[in-house]
Parts: sequence; C-alpha cells; structure tokens
Amino acid sequence: MHPSPDIGIWIGGLLTLGIFSFLYGDNPYYKFCEAFFVGVSAGHWFITLFWTVFIPKLLGNIGIAIHTFRTDGFAAGMSDYMHWSYIFGGILGFLMILRLFPKIGWISRWSLAFVVGTTAGYYFINYLVSNGLMQIQKTILPFTSIGNIVLVVGTFCGLIYFFFSKEHKGAFGGLARIGIWFLMITFGASFGYTVMSRMSLLIGRMDYLLGNWLGLIG
Amino acid sequence: MRREVPLMICAIVGFTLIIVYFVPHPPFSDMRDLFSDWFSVIAAFAIYLGILNLLKNSVDKVYRKRSGWGFSIVTIAGFVLFVFIGLYEGSDFGEIGTRYYWLYDRIYFPLMATMFAILAFFIGSASYRAFRARNVEATVLLLAAFFVMLGRVPIGYYLTSWLPEGWRMSDVASAIMTYPQMAGQRAVMIGIALGIVSTSLRIILGIERTFLGGE
Amino acid sequence: MGFFERLIKIDRRIIFTFIAVAIALPLFFNVSMYVETTPEVVGIFNAVDSLSPGSKVLMSFDYDPGSMPELQPMAESFLRHCFSRGLKVILMGLWPQGPLQANWALDIILNEPDIKAMNLKYGVDYVNLGYTAGNEVVIQRMGSDIHAAFPVDYYGTSLDEIPLMRGVRNFDNIDFVYNLSAGYPGTMEWVQFAADRFHAVLGAGNTAVQAPLMYPYLGRKQLVGILGGMKGAAEYEVLANRPARAVRYMFSQGISHAVVVFFVIIGNLAYFFTRKKKES
Repeated sequence: MHPSPDIGIWIGGLLTLGIFSFLYGDNPYYKFCEAFFVGVSAGHWFITLFWTVFIPKLLGNIGIAIHTFRTDGFAAGMSDYMHWSYIFGGILGFLMILRLFPKIGWISRWSLAFVVGTTAGYYFINYLVSNGLMQIQKTILPFTSIGNIVLVVGTFCGLIYFFFSKEHKGAFGGLARIGIWFLMITFGASFGYTVMSRMSLLIGRMDYLLGNWLGLIG
Repeated sequence: MRREVPLMICAIVGFTLIIVYFVPHPPFSDMRDLFSDWFSVIAAFAIYLGILNLLKNSVDKVYRKRSGWGFSIVTIAGFVLFVFIGLYEGSDFGEIGTRYYWLYDRIYFPLMATMFAILAFFIGSASYRAFRARNVEATVLLLAAFFVMLGRVPIGYYLTSWLPEGWRMSDVASAIMTYPQMAGQRAVMIGIALGIVSTSLRIILGIERTFLGGE
Repeated sequence: MGFFERLIKIDRRIIFTFIAVAIALPLFFNVSMYVETTPEVVGIFNAVDSLSPGSKVLMSFDYDPGSMPELQPMAESFLRHCFSRGLKVILMGLWPQGPLQANWALDIILNEPDIKAMNLKYGVDYVNLGYTAGNEVVIQRMGSDIHAAFPVDYYGTSLDEIPLMRGVRNFDNIDFVYNLSAGYPGTMEWVQFAADRFHAVLGAGNTAVQAPLMYPYLGRKQLVGILGGMKGAAEYEVLANRPARAVRYMFSQGISHAVVVFFVIIGNLAYFFTRKKKES
C-alpha cells in the first residue's frame, strides 16, 4: 500500500468519502461536502463566464467599437455595427439580472422573450428537419431484408401508439400493441445502457480511491 | 408594455430565425448573426442571475439563522475561494499548473464525479426492488435489458463464444440496438419533434405565454 | 417471515456492499479482456484514418467531471489517433468544464513518448478555443464565423494571431467534427446545426445513458459513427492498437453487470414465490 503524498489527492479522497457517506444515511459530513460542491460549482461557472464571455466578448467588442470610433471616425464606427451592437446584448443581459428585484423584475421579461424567441426560432426548423423529416427519410427503406422490415414496422407502429386522438381498438389497436413491444425493447436497451453508464462512473471513482489515493492498485 | 413588448421581441426574433433558413442572405443573415452574438452574452447573464440568486438565498439564510445556516456559510466559502483564485490567475486560469487548475482537479473534480458515481448504487438497489416481470411487456423490457447489459461487455462474449457467429450474446445485443431499439427511438424522436415544432410556433405567435409569468 | 419475504425486504446497504465489491475487486486483477468492435465505432475510426495529414479536426468537449470515466478515455484515444496521423486539432467546449477536460487530455497525450517526439506546438498543431455561453447558438455562429463565436482562445490570444486558426472561418474549413457529449448541449445540437445545416462530417462519443438516443442519427450525413460509454472507448483503444484505461476497466464493468442481472433475477424469483404464497 503506497498512499499518495499529495495533499490534494487526500482532500479529493476525503471529499469523495464524504459524498459516499450518504449511502449509509444522511449526515453532516455529506451535507458539508454537498454544500461545498454547490458553492464551488457556482464559483467555477462565475469565473469561466467572466474570462470567456464577459471580458473578451462583451467588453472586448465594445472596446474595438470605441477604438474604431476614435481612430476612423463616426461613419466608420457606425458601419462596424457587429462590434458596437454588443452594447444592446449587454443591456439585455443586465435587464435579466434585474429579476432579482421584485419591483422592477418585470423588465427581465424582455431579455427572457429574446432568449425564448431565439430558441423557438431555431428549434422550429432544427427539430422539423433533423428529428422529423430526416428521420422519416431514413425510415423509407426497401423491404429487402428483415432488418429493414423491422425498422419500418417498428417506427410506424411506435408512432401509431403515440396517436392518442383515436381509440386503440381493432386493427389500429393491434398496431399500437406492436408499437408498445418495440418501445419496451427500446426502454429495456436504454436501461441496460444506463446501468453501464452508472457502473462506469463508479469504476472511475473506485480507481481514484484505490489507485490514486491509497496506492493499492497499479 | 409589460406583456406586449416581450411578445413582439419573441415574434420578431423567432420569425427572423425561421426566415433566415430559407433566405440565408442579408439582411436576415446579418440579423441572425447579431441575435446569436447577443444570445451568447444574455445566456451568460442568465447564468449569473442563477449564481446571484444562490448567493442571495445563502446570505439570507445565514443572516436570519434559518435551519442549516452553517452549511450556507460553507457554500459561500466555496464560491469565494474559486472566484478569488480565478480572478487572481487571470485569463490563464484554466492552464495546467495554475492554482485554479489545482483546485479544479483536487476539489471540483472529485466532488462532481462522486455525485454521479453514487447513482450506481441506487440503480443496483432500484433494479433489485422495482424491476419486476409483472406482464408480457415488462418481460420484453427485462429481456432486452439483459441481452444489452451482458452482450455489450466482454463477459457476454465469453459466456456465448461457443455459439456460431451471429447467435452470440454480443450479436444479439448489436441486433437489438441496430433494429428494434432504433425503430422505437426513431418513433419517440419523431413524436417529440412534432411536439416541439408546434410548441415553438405557438410561442412565436404569442399563443403560448407561460414564459412571461403572472401579471 | 419466510426466506423470500426476508429477501425482498433486504436492507439496501447490503446491495450497496455487493455492488462496491463487484466494482472494486476486479480492479485488483490485471485481467485483459477481449473487446469486440462494433460498426458504429469502426465508422469513426475509419473516418479519421481516411483524413490526410494536415487536415483539421474540431473536438468539442461537452461534458464535466461527472462523466469523465466514460468520455475522458475516448478523448485521449481520439487525440492520440489524430496526433499520430498528423492531423491538426481544434479543441473547444460548450460546457464550461469542457476546456479544462481538454487540457487534461492534452497533458496526458502530449507527454506520451511517441507524441512528445513529434514536438507539437500550441497554435500550430493544436489550439484550445475554450468555452463560450450560448449552447447551440454557438454552433450556429461558428457556421457563419468561428472568429466571431470565439474572438480569443482559452488563454486570451486573438484567433487572428494563431496560425492554425488563420484559414479557419467556418465548418467549410474543418474536415471532421468530433463531439464528446454528456447531455445538453451535445450531440443532438451538433447534428442539427453542424451536420444538417452546415454539412460537417460528424462523429460522436456519448455517455452510455445518451448513446441509445443518438442511434437514429447514424448514417446518411448525420453521424458517421458513435462511441457509446466506456465500452465504446475500449473499442476505440483496441482499434488504435493502444489498449489503455477503458480496456482495463472492462473486467470490472462486466462483473458489475453480472451482479445487477443476478439481483434482478433474485428479486423476480423472490417476488414470484411470495406472490404465489399469498395467492395460495
């Protein structure tokens, strides 16, 4: 056994055990680690956004615009709208922060509407094309192999099942029933993969504890 | 003003981004680029809003000495530690060898990784307690899960390597993933896509206004 | 209370102990397991292998330390493959932890003897663009102008001053896009924007939770291939002839799966026997 001499690894190991202590029951050690994690996470997001968006994008572009106005004149500055227009982005962003104040919080709806409108505009096309039309296109297959038949029948029957405006009776109900079976296979496969994922994450942690920290494994 | 202006903003932005897909030329392409740039900044401020709200609640909890206020001090301390070191390091904060990277590697990484790793125990426990073959559909689900769980790891190969190729557990798992699983996922994907398309249109047209909140 | 009734009401901490032992014990044994490759992984490997030296590859690290055991081995083996083929790599992230994960992978790969001997230079052979807020809108902006989406790299250097980025304005100048994803934003957004709108050649590495959801995108100009979970990472390591962490973990993975299957069978047997007893 060769425990790590690195104090940082020891801190990491103790924090890991703190989170794992929840498996025995809720306790102050776990609550400490959880609260620390929340603060640390918020701090990381704050710093990352500050150095990657706030400084280079917002202030950087406004700075370029001011420089253009000063050196090349008003007309040149105005034509460089891709830089000075960041002021409006900054204002809308600031309006978002005002949500913290109940009396004037209503003005954050303008920023929220911009975000919602942008997302809705992109989603309308993207989901229609990538998740709708292209998937339908990929389902139109010749019945030249069992695999193709399974794909076409499965997709069609799955969609039939989700059509709740018509009662699932008779032939329609029969197709919906086949659809349920395909969906059960889908969910079973998803469950299998979910187990794989969770176990993988635990393997990583065990390797850290037994290898990096305690030096029990190579 | 409180509702009309946001609805107008939503409609103008939404319609512009739909039109630009079909007319990817100025002025629509320029407007799209502008909106994308602003979105990046606004998204950052939205995250800052969440962070400031968290701090506000934590400080409030400490000030009023509500139950568990001691842990709020821990939260604030963690935040201040990372922000202080991050600001001190400057724009190189993420480079290997910096103090910030050390904090990320020794504190943030173990905490986050363990938060997700702990789920393995709960999924094992849940599988034992809740996963029951009560009817035909549940049995189909269970069998699919068995074949995928064992077929996608080497143990499945070793258990069935004596079978002819195409009949081994790994082959069955591959066939499940490539055909019936894909068909089911595709059906779900198309269904969700139709739902999102209709909801997006309702939002852009101002029919769906729940994002504005009350008043 | 009968045996099966006691079995159903077993304390969950006993189950936790079994799972912990199933994961930990195999790690003590250096067992090398045979890893079968699947067409989904071979698709990505062949796509990278077919690129000529000097081609530009964009790697998006869209995950956090919570998904590291699955995605970090994928990142490392993919990076190693790219560098050994003489490809230029542009790293970025749509998650704020992404660029740090990228640096982590770079630190390991660049210090391997054969890669170190290549004397790769930052800004010439690889670059880390960092993170920017905006999720899928960032991908859209990259499609029109990468320099507008990322005015500076992760260390604050203007992209105009970085040799590797001088000729790269949008996806037309990128030969392959590889996305490592643990959720949103991730592979779905890259397919919708980069592949479908801007016709980028796209491959993805996903956590095992997400991988089944991405299967419908396989083929026909959306996804050339997909690495699913740690098994996908192990397959890529095998294809690249450099078995590493993911292959080593496969023994543990297999035993843990067997334990879960065992628990499900026992749980169902106990359920059926107790139900039969109640009915009689």
